[in-house]
Amino acid sequence: MATHAPVTDSVVNSAPRRLVLEVLHDWVTTVDHKKIGLMYIGYALIFLVIAGFEALLMRVQLSIPNNHFVSPQVFNQLFTMHGTTMVFFVGMPVLFGFGNYLIPLMIGARDMAFPRLNAFSFWIASFGGLLLYFSYLGGSGLYGAGSAPDVGWFAYAPLTAHVFSPGHSTDYWTLAILLSGIGSIGTALNIVTTIICMRCPGMKLNRMPLLVWLYLVMSCLVFVTVSPLTAAQIMLMLDRYLGSHFFDTQAGGSAVLWMHFFWIFGHPEVYVLILPSFAFANEIIPVYSRKAIFGYPAMVAASVGIGFISLSVWAHHMFTVGMGAGANTFFTLATMIISVPTGIKIFNWLATLWGGKIHFTASMMFAVGFLFQFLIAGLTGIMLSVAPFDWQLSASYFVVAHFHYVLVGAILFILFAAFYYWYPKMTGRLLSEKLGKWHFWIFLIGFHLTFDFMHIPGLEGMPRRIYTYEADRGWMMWNMIVSSGAIFQTIGTLLFVYNMVWSFIKGPIAGPDPWDAWTLEWSTTSPPPHYNFAIIPTVESRRPLWDLKHPDDPDSHYE
Amino acid sequence: MASQIWSGLASQVGSGLTSTSTSIFAPKGTPAHSIFSISMLVLSITTVIFLVVGGLLLYALLRFRHRRNDANAAQEPPQIYGSNQIELSWTVIPILIVVMLFLATARVILSTQNAPKPADALDVTVIGHQFWWEYRYPKLGIVTANELHIPVSDPKHPTPTYLTMSSADTDHSFWVPRLAGKTDLIPNRVNTMWLDPETAGLYLGQCAQYCGTQHAKMLIRVYADSQADFAAWIVRQQQPAVESSSAIEGQNVFQHTACISCHTVAGTIATGRFGPDLTHVASRDTIASGSVPNTSANLRSFIDNPANFKPGSLMPAMHLNDHDLDAVTAYLATLK
Repeated sequence: MATHAPVTDSVVNSAPRRLVLEVLHDWVTTVDHKKIGLMYIGYALIFLVIAGFEALLMRVQLSIPNNHFVSPQVFNQLFTMHGTTMVFFVGMPVLFGFGNYLIPLMIGARDMAFPRLNAFSFWIASFGGLLLYFSYLGGSGLYGAGSAPDVGWFAYAPLTAHVFSPGHSTDYWTLAILLSGIGSIGTALNIVTTIICMRCPGMKLNRMPLLVWLYLVMSCLVFVTVSPLTAAQIMLMLDRYLGSHFFDTQAGGSAVLWMHFFWIFGHPEVYVLILPSFAFANEIIPVYSRKAIFGYPAMVAASVGIGFISLSVWAHHMFTVGMGAGANTFFTLATMIISVPTGIKIFNWLATLWGGKIHFTASMMFAVGFLFQFLIAGLTGIMLSVAPFDWQLSASYFVVAHFHYVLVGAILFILFAAFYYWYPKMTGRLLSEKLGKWHFWIFLIGFHLTFDFMHIPGLEGMPRRIYTYEADRGWMMWNMIVSSGAIFQTIGTLLFVYNMVWSFIKGPIAGPDPWDAWTLEWSTTSPPPHYNFAIIPTVESRRPLWDLKHPDDPDSHYE
Repeated sequence: MASQIWSGLASQVGSGLTSTSTSIFAPKGTPAHSIFSISMLVLSITTVIFLVVGGLLLYALLRFRHRRNDANAAQEPPQIYGSNQIELSWTVIPILIVVMLFLATARVILSTQNAPKPADALDVTVIGHQFWWEYRYPKLGIVTANELHIPVSDPKHPTPTYLTMSSADTDHSFWVPRLAGKTDLIPNRVNTMWLDPETAGLYLGQCAQYCGTQHAKMLIRVYADSQADFAAWIVRQQQPAVESSSAIEGQNVFQHTACISCHTVAGTIATGRFGPDLTHVASRDTIASGSVPNTSANLRSFIDNPANFKPGSLMPAMHLNDHDLDAVTAYLATLK
């Protein structure tokens, strides 16, 4: 965690310089929600770079047909590690990091409800990530062969059985997910308890910032979904070591059972990742439009609705496994219905922009990218919900393009927006707007080159997870374009990293409230003192700082 | 590298709608046609939604951007907190679209999955293996691999082919985009699907469910034959293996090395079931599950070391000497 040492230096820049060891000790033993949040974010960013590099290697391999850049074994490990890392060791921790940092500040609390559980959850989850990558050495890798798991991120049975996955690489995968799951449940429990019990005086449930609402729904979803995943991992371990036969088809087990277990986790997991993204959009878009969010109650209802409906759509990942017409019809309907509350959100953001005075900061530009790209991702999602269309598109590059549109086009874009928006609060310094706009445009070009054109080979019959493809199928041109986009995305990401480092040292001082915003985190210093608020605030509306700034026309008159 | 790029691009240009196309937008069978129609409906609905919502977003972003020379630049815009009527309208309209789309989809699901099976239907059992396809015609007594022959189906007298599918090891998925959507092959489970190609020709596809190291080269070739061609193919395939005195040496090598533990040549002592049936291997256009053309040079290279074409193939390198290698290759070439 040495990378975080400079952060501490600035936090206490008035104090005399401390020894590296002292700083390290401070971070390792901290139970402060802000420091844990920052550690989550830093840890996620490190894995983001690693997993992004894995994606880059895959794109080099696929840029031309019958390429020999990497072997099939290495390629299969790359996509397994890329997917597992991005979902469990980038997506979850970075969102938990922002939640950890922001929720107590936004509800006027001094820390999370269970500070020690918070630290435990972080360290156990980060140990999971290290274990996953240790598989390169430990999964028989010390005998000379690289042996990371190669079963795909959803690890369908019976490929994970001992007979098809000898050695220990699959065990590392299982244990990594198991530990990450324990951390996720701990943090989710903490977030729910904090939101229920720690709100400042006056902050009724219907006065909470929407971000807090969305984290509440997201954390409840984590309970319901990570538990079956954890159960399935334990069953898999029993199969592999104690001779049980849950998923062992050679002895009468069921491969389809694993699919149900995995996707009852896997699909709500998409919402676990996207709900915090909605949360960021709900804070960023109103502030840069200079308007209150349109339809707060509808937004809350839509979020809760998405949470419930998302529990009944998992088998749309299984339209091709031979379910009956009845089941296929049900899951088609359930999946289509979820587009209704999702649509409500987009319309409410549109209405928030309407009549505002929109400031196109780097943060807002990323938020605008999020809006358009999430719209497209939602529409390709509707295509995939149509079971017969899915019989063609499932497991093809169209699906890969669709979910990367969600994960990169929507979630990563709004995450970048969140970084530009809250970095000043976290460090006390503004990120460079100029570099931020370069970052936006370069990344936007790269994103669209890669993920727009990735839909096409899928429509032309290219399945996912193939290390190479036939030259006569007509997929090559598209794959070259897709791969070229990866270069732009890499440059954009490097610019972002450079901006974070440079601005940390040289960026302009932010002050407590650089965006003239309305929620409680902007009422304290940047970065906040470790007790957050000297005096616990009292609120009378959803936008306490608006009330302070406009005493003649406070929100409390209208709610 | 450069030559790879050029040959790749050349075939790109030529592959608009050639026989090597695997586009889902060039359907040649009933299931693929009904998917194509519903996909066109979905595409038009989503395009309209994109244009309307995207257009409104773009308009709002341009129209309501902050202007520096605005006289009231410092003043906040009017705060609007919401409107129940508007919320209601953008809830009800999407629900109506969903209901419409759902009904159209349900019709296609039922008509494809619950289609009545005609008496003239051909039955084929498909078994997925790492990393090849086994095709068994139970009523015709034919066993073959990797190249599926089925009759063209005339709409007036439909002769669809019903596939009964399972797997010998891991999960696989049978996907020939121009004929139908995909169906998974899952061990310990039996799935079905049907194909009815409307014109004769070769239809390509490949395994679409990650099944292990060589998933990428588990290719599918479906030959839709005219009724007469299909009848002739059946007759040829039902013959026992050709006995040729010229290849007796190669047959000896074949039968005295490990080949027969995994491969069958009907009518001989070779009765292995782990690898593809080789009774009529010389009648096939390709080897290694469609990876390379069935030439004697490719065959020899594959027997020498399957990893030459398919690293990760479960067939071991046989380490035969040159003489034996030539003999076995010559023997297999006689198995028409």
